[in-house]
Amino acid sequence: MQQKAYLVLENGRIFEGFSFGAAGEAIGEIVFTTGMTGYLETLTDKSYYGQIIVQTFPLIGNYGVIPDDFESRTVSARGYIVRYWCEEPSNFRSRGTIDSFLKEQNIVGLYGIDTRELTKILRVQGTMNGMITTDPRKADLEKIRAYRITEAVESVSVREISVLNPGGKYSVALFDYGYKENIARELIKRDCRVTLVPCDTTAEKIKELAPDGIMLSNGPGDPAQNTKIINNLKEILNLNIPVFGICLGHQMLALSHGFRTEKMKFGHRGANQPVKDLVTGKTYITSQNHGYAVRMDTIYREIADVWFVNINDNTCEGIRYLHRPVFSVQFHPEGCGGPQDTGYLFDAFVEEVKKHAS
Amino acid sequence: MPISKKIKKVLVIGSGPIVIGQAAEFDYSGTQACKALREEGIEVVLVNSNPATIMTDGETADRVYIEPITLDFMKQIIRREKPDGILASLGGQTGLNMAVQLSEDGILDELGIELLGTSLQSIKKAEDRELFKLTMQEIGERVPHSTIVRDLDSAVAFAREVGFPIIIRPAYTLGGTGGGIAHDMDEFLYICGKGLKSSMIHQVLLEQSVAGWKEIEYEVMRDGADNCIVICSMENFDPVGVHTGDSIVVAPSQTLTAEESRMLRAASIRIIRALGIKGGCNIQFALNPENSEYVVIEVNPRVSRSSALASKATGYPIARVTAKIAVGLNLDEIVNSVTKNTSACFEPAIDYVVTKFPRWPFDKFVTADRSLGTQMKATGEVMAIGRTFEESLLKAIDSLDVKFNYQLGLSLYDNMTKEELVPYLQKPHDQRIFAICKALQKGMEVGEIVKITKIDEFFIRKLENIVRLAGEIRQSGIAWLDYDLYSRAKKIGFGDSYIANLANVPLEKITALRKKFPINPVYKLVDTCAAEHEAKTPYYYSTYEEKDDVIVSDREKVLVLGSGPIRIGQGIEFDYCSVHSVKTLRESGYEAIIINNNPETVSTDFDTSDKLYFEPLTVECVLDVINKEKPLGVIVQFGGQTAINLAGPLYKAGVNILGTSVEDIDVAEDRDRFMNLLRKLDIPFPRGGTAFSAEEAKRVAQQIGYPVLVRPSYVLGGRAMEIVFGDEMLEEYMKMAVEISSNHPVLIDKYINGIEAEVDGICDGNDVLIPGIMEHVERAGVHSGDSIAVYPPNRLSEKAKQAIVDYTIKLGKALHIKGLFNIQFLIDRDDRVYVIEVNPRASRTVPIMSKITGIPMVNVATKIILGKTLRELGYTCGLAKESVLTAVKAPVFSFSKLTTVDTFLGPEMKSTGEVMGVGKNYKSALYKALLASGIGIPTGGNVLISVADKDKNECVNIAERLLKMGFEIMATEDTCDYLAKSGIRATKLKFEDLMECIRNDRISLIINTPSHGKVPERMGFTLRRTSIEYNIPCITSLDTVNAMLDAMEYVSQGGKCEIYSLDEYSDRLTEGKL
Repeated sequence: MQQKAYLVLENGRIFEGFSFGAAGEAIGEIVFTTGMTGYLETLTDKSYYGQIIVQTFPLIGNYGVIPDDFESRTVSARGYIVRYWCEEPSNFRSRGTIDSFLKEQNIVGLYGIDTRELTKILRVQGTMNGMITTDPRKADLEKIRAYRITEAVESVSVREISVLNPGGKYSVALFDYGYKENIARELIKRDCRVTLVPCDTTAEKIKELAPDGIMLSNGPGDPAQNTKIINNLKEILNLNIPVFGICLGHQMLALSHGFRTEKMKFGHRGANQPVKDLVTGKTYITSQNHGYAVRMDTIYREIADVWFVNINDNTCEGIRYLHRPVFSVQFHPEGCGGPQDTGYLFDAFVEEVKKHAS
Repeated sequence: MPISKKIKKVLVIGSGPIVIGQAAEFDYSGTQACKALREEGIEVVLVNSNPATIMTDGETADRVYIEPITLDFMKQIIRREKPDGILASLGGQTGLNMAVQLSEDGILDELGIELLGTSLQSIKKAEDRELFKLTMQEIGERVPHSTIVRDLDSAVAFAREVGFPIIIRPAYTLGGTGGGIAHDMDEFLYICGKGLKSSMIHQVLLEQSVAGWKEIEYEVMRDGADNCIVICSMENFDPVGVHTGDSIVVAPSQTLTAEESRMLRAASIRIIRALGIKGGCNIQFALNPENSEYVVIEVNPRVSRSSALASKATGYPIARVTAKIAVGLNLDEIVNSVTKNTSACFEPAIDYVVTKFPRWPFDKFVTADRSLGTQMKATGEVMAIGRTFEESLLKAIDSLDVKFNYQLGLSLYDNMTKEELVPYLQKPHDQRIFAICKALQKGMEVGEIVKITKIDEFFIRKLENIVRLAGEIRQSGIAWLDYDLYSRAKKIGFGDSYIANLANVPLEKITALRKKFPINPVYKLVDTCAAEHEAKTPYYYSTYEEKDDVIVSDREKVLVLGSGPIRIGQGIEFDYCSVHSVKTLRESGYEAIIINNNPETVSTDFDTSDKLYFEPLTVECVLDVINKEKPLGVIVQFGGQTAINLAGPLYKAGVNILGTSVEDIDVAEDRDRFMNLLRKLDIPFPRGGTAFSAEEAKRVAQQIGYPVLVRPSYVLGGRAMEIVFGDEMLEEYMKMAVEISSNHPVLIDKYINGIEAEVDGICDGNDVLIPGIMEHVERAGVHSGDSIAVYPPNRLSEKAKQAIVDYTIKLGKALHIKGLFNIQFLIDRDDRVYVIEVNPRASRTVPIMSKITGIPMVNVATKIILGKTLRELGYTCGLAKESVLTAVKAPVFSFSKLTTVDTFLGPEMKSTGEVMGVGKNYKSALYKALLASGIGIPTGGNVLISVADKDKNECVNIAERLLKMGFEIMATEDTCDYLAKSGIRATKLKFEDLMECIRNDRISLIINTPSHGKVPERMGFTLRRTSIEYNIPCITSLDTVNAMLDAMEYVSQGGKCEIYSLDEYSDRLTEGKL
């Protein structure tokens, strides 16, 4: 028999559904993603650290679990909410069901609730906390409200330096703030030797590694909390190595230049966000996952240009720094799951890396 | 880039009549495009030969021409209107082909007219097989091993090289006409021969078959700045091998991994860029389920049926955006009209599952080959939305309005064993999904079904879920049908009547149970963005969830029932009527709500009504919406027979039916009650009776005397209607008819040979307005939908017209009609007028009569339904003044798509669409109508005559007329001898020689009337079918032949066919009054 389970929102609203994945309880910040495929990439994206993911598309798990498509080896989210999950997936690469994968990862799941209604609540009232539980009477609203995601980046970052694709021609240091493996794959595809470094790696260490380019990855949490990382970054920028930031990396770069970030009402999560390149006037469809954005009014136009904007809400989607080979984007040019129409940004970065190398 | 300043006036080309492969979707896209262009301040000129469209309304464009879409007429219109640009990519293949012809003709260059949107070069790159293959190779996209041939020898060489099966596709055709899959050399030669003939450029593509792979479609858009977006991915339930128009299609794709989706999305964008398409386009892929390898099958460089589906499935208005791109706007400059505050440059995210299900005409064409392949056979389609695949699939099946197969009701194949079912799984056909369910029910393993059908396991598992739950309910019965089980049944998409069937109880018990629980659907919004942004569009679907998105207003509301999928006998004209009713309601200050399920139509466009419910037109679904919205009442008279059939059950459930009362509808539709009424009113009608058995039927027939007209009661478009000449034929008919409807008797009427006429009247209960009388060209016996019709009448005496008017007024009053009604008349040789039937609803001819007479019939009828009288609306009663211009309606057939269907015209309707020709006299109007219908008016060469004995005498005159115009006559033996006796020189042909002549293209027209009996083996049948397959006009009614000769003579004697815009019709009316 199916085990009943509940989602208790911090405003007291309760949704009744059924339990799947691991048994137990989970408190987290609830966010929704509108991607219609790519649930594996979503689940294994470390940027969801501390969050409970809601999939707006109702049928999840149709093609099962395919480890080759993971963005990291583990699930960093705290919970997973879907309308329906597929008991008998169908794909030649499938290695099991989403249910068994969540069990294996010890992630609490909830299915069978009206996910559209939940999404609407988050859209109107903004991102909020919630708890998945089998006994809603036990839910302590004060505790749910008090929940905060802290030390997110430190929690998901690697501790040791490692080298991916040692035979690569161009040397790039990839700061792991919670990186998606496809960022590394995109660099490797372009003949880069990728040195994966912990989030708190210092300027001295970077100097020692002497990469020709630095990639700042995506990651979870409130960017402004990472004061130590931001201070390190300020020093690293003085090394004059080309830097490319994605998502959290983009926000960290902005913060290290003295710009500010803010929490969005419910963020951008999905594979259909349109951004406009203000230089060329072209528009691209991008994959995104962020709840914070760089405040447009805090960008010093003397040192940086706004490069991309979101054409739906005019938020900052990319910055180009004027006096350094440094640029960053809020969206995910590496896609996964989602479009890679902006993959040319990796080309542009690797060009800078080549220039620096020679 | 802002709108090009140069473009001030644009000519939009429509798609012409409804045929298989080109249905209402182009009315929807064309109408949307006109609206989009006018929003930008552009003057729009529209050309379409199909009058039953919203796009040909005066309000849609600045100038409307209902004229043949031929080079000649297009050039006349272009010279007169001098547009700055032409937009052709919204008019289907017809529009695209016309754009190619116009460009090649040189008139566009001569007058400096720009082809807007996709360039000619891009069209060719996508449509010409060789160029396409080359383009794909250049960008590294794989296409199946293929070649282009222009003759049979090279075709054979290719077949020897790659082996079978081979797919044959002719270039530049629609719906895959003339294509197919060949499994051996014989089949191959036959299909290639046909294909070469039907291709506009005598090219066929031979292609190695990837049958069995997944078939995936992408709807992509690109603007002038090279921005590209993907609107929607769609997955065919059936693997490659079945035409996508004949496939069950699911959106978004369900079984593709994110990686596969990304791969195909990226390929789509590479392809649309390489082809240089501006606007919407459709790309079809085949994906190998075993290794993710893919090939590009086809690209449609235009808005298509699939894009209409994608628009309705996602809420994204592809046609509208395509039109804006064509005049220079870029995607990021266009607003998403659903959210009103986000950009059109985004990719819709949806949070539901959409299923499209084709509607086939096999219920009408009982002898048709039901197998499905590369040649499309469906006349229309339905779409349904649910939160699961199962729910959307079952709702789609409900929407088909095919009663004998309610949901997966499964009485079909009941008596077969698992083994016997295997052949029904192997080859695709229209009922395969039901065979699969039956096989599951009988315990066949999912794996085995997957192996046999090559349908993805994901889908078969879903069917298994449905079958399993049906089994659970069957076992539980009503006693154990608890909240949990019932709620699971509703969530999976079971209708209450299906649940009642399964539990073996009357429907009322289930309805009561539902009230007790209570379990009711909620309505969710289609918003393009999965609730991420607030949406303004009132477009809803039902599902069984927790919360409702609908906000019920406190305004006065009226619900209009649509007509569902396009099928033979119920076409686009009812969508036209529904849309006009909705418009009038809104104009009159009511909140207009519509329920419909046809994704091709204007009525299901999100801004047509105040609220759109995309739902099956079943009693349950309609009642649910009524319970939600609590409208003042429901209008049923504009949605064809589908809506009328709902009137009774809705009324019983306490719903207020607006317009003509249910009681009066019943008097009109119940034969006995109707005959009593006619007797009371002293109106003559053909004698007749009813019968439940062959014996009874014979008795009735003998009583009234042969020939008799027989048909089942409660029919749609004359299903299974036949003229019967004797006992033996009657027995044969009864055998078939009883199967068709076991609860309803067969109706038997005296067949009277005479002229048929019809009238669409508007009645307010007291007064009757008759906009005009239409006279049929073909004598009684040919279904009104298949006959050529003329307004004003050509041959009717004043006395007959007066009788028609009198009877119409009498009947309108006696039936207390509120709104529209249609009466079919018969005028015998003694000028006696009989009433054949009354339809208490809008009819097929309403759009034509509205357009030619200038009386907005649906508008007036709707206002009457709302309580106004004709006098209040400023109309005088009786027959309106006749127009000075003549309008001719001609039927259009899709026989080339339906193999083994006999093409002769009879009381059973066979046409899929119609066109209108307007002229200053009958003959010019007739010529235009025939030309537009694509019947193929011959200009010279040999005419073959082969007719039944009773028709031989009439053919003498026909032959003489043909000879006078310079044709040569060929005839089969008996006919030839008869003609010779009358001094007509003709070449005598044996049947075999005749076939050879057809194959060698030596015949330009065939005149053939059938001898009695419908056995397909007969030579006449072979002749008619072969003519269709070789694209030679074949006419089966001598009245049609004479009409065609009238038109041909008129033109050959220098008669003029001037063009008229819609607004000139009324100018002429005024002229007439002076």
